[in-house]
Amino acid sequence: MARRSLPEINAGSMADIAFLLLIFWLVTTTIDSDEGIKRQLPPPVPEDLVDIPPVRERNVFVVLVNSNDDLLVEGEELKIGRLKQKAKDFLIANGDGLLYGDKPEDPDLPVRERISKAAVKQKVGEYREFVKTAADDETKDTYQKVLEDWEKKLSAIELLGGEFKTLPGSAIISMRNDNNTTYDAYLNVQNELEAAVNELRDELAVAKFGMTYKELEDEYEKNSENTEMLAKIYAVRLVYPQRISEAEPSSANN
Amino acid sequence: MAFGKKKRREMGAISTASLPDIVFMLLFFFMVATVLRTEEEQVRVIRPEASELYKIEKKHLIRYINVGYPQDKRYGNEPVIQLNDDIATVESIQGWVDAQRKTIDEREQSKMWVSLKVHKDTKMGIVTDIKQELRKASALKVLYSAGQRDRTE
Repeated sequence: MARRSLPEINAGSMADIAFLLLIFWLVTTTIDSDEGIKRQLPPPVPEDLVDIPPVRERNVFVVLVNSNDDLLVEGEELKIGRLKQKAKDFLIANGDGLLYGDKPEDPDLPVRERISKAAVKQKVGEYREFVKTAADDETKDTYQKVLEDWEKKLSAIELLGGEFKTLPGSAIISMRNDNNTTYDAYLNVQNELEAAVNELRDELAVAKFGMTYKELEDEYEKNSENTEMLAKIYAVRLVYPQRISEAEPSSANN
Repeated sequence: MAFGKKKRREMGAISTASLPDIVFMLLFFFMVATVLRTEEEQVRVIRPEASELYKIEKKHLIRYINVGYPQDKRYGNEPVIQLNDDIATVESIQGWVDAQRKTIDEREQSKMWVSLKVHKDTKMGIVTDIKQELRKASALKVLYSAGQRDRTE
């Protein structure tokens, strides 16, 4: 008798087995998403620190959240829905010199000051000289940092096509909450404040560079040697800095 | 044939031989695309929602602190902290941060993120305590984990 050829193994049920595996996998895994609001916590305050420099009241945007999740913004009760606009008004202040031009000064809002190109150029020149003639490495480094700051300003003026107005360095958004505030309310406030900054940045970035701020950042993330993108990001940040701070928790909170 | 000329050519059955391959491909795709939950959930967390989200691309730099209602009622009915697989106290956070930092490559230790997954009904008292401990441990980069929603008008 001739040798029987091996019959082909029926692979029809293979699909069923694979499906079973697939479904098992789908059911047992959860897609973990790691998205959220990022924050940089301030470094711990040294205990011997006593003097905190006074900040002018008009330069601080105060947001208080009480134990019932109600908001007190700049001394007035406010619904969460209106917080973003109020924060934007604070950041725009008397106009940024670009999209928002000039606005009358408000005694409750900070005063933005126009930085003139000539003055910035002069500073850049000065500090270049300082860096060259610095006595030791340490002073050189400090001068180098200041120089970089001024160079960023200069490139910002050039990129944004005009002398803009900067917020005073002490202008901040300050938030304080009660121990009984819910986390939901807290994060909502943080989110609205962040949204205010982001929307202003987006407006500016779209008007000047044709991309949203996020797109600029993504573009830079893709290629970290893209210095042009980085300069654009710095320029937008200079006009609208993100300065959201949280008050030190105190034992006698409210 | 019974039906004579009408059905001279029968349609051959569609070969299903490649079906397993297709399904296996799907399976592999899901296996690669999903991240396995590495820790057991000891607390129930429903995250709040926010619109200004940031996504951390480098997952190996993230460490998680979960705060939520304990699954095991022996721990009470108030939100508790979960570090790794265990319920922990606020005081143990500093030690935990130091231990976690050592698990990251030395060059990237300063880039460690701490993701706070906090139940939305948690009172801020406990969260503030955690933040203070993180500051003391110099783990300053935090992410308040949240779900996606649209910006308010």
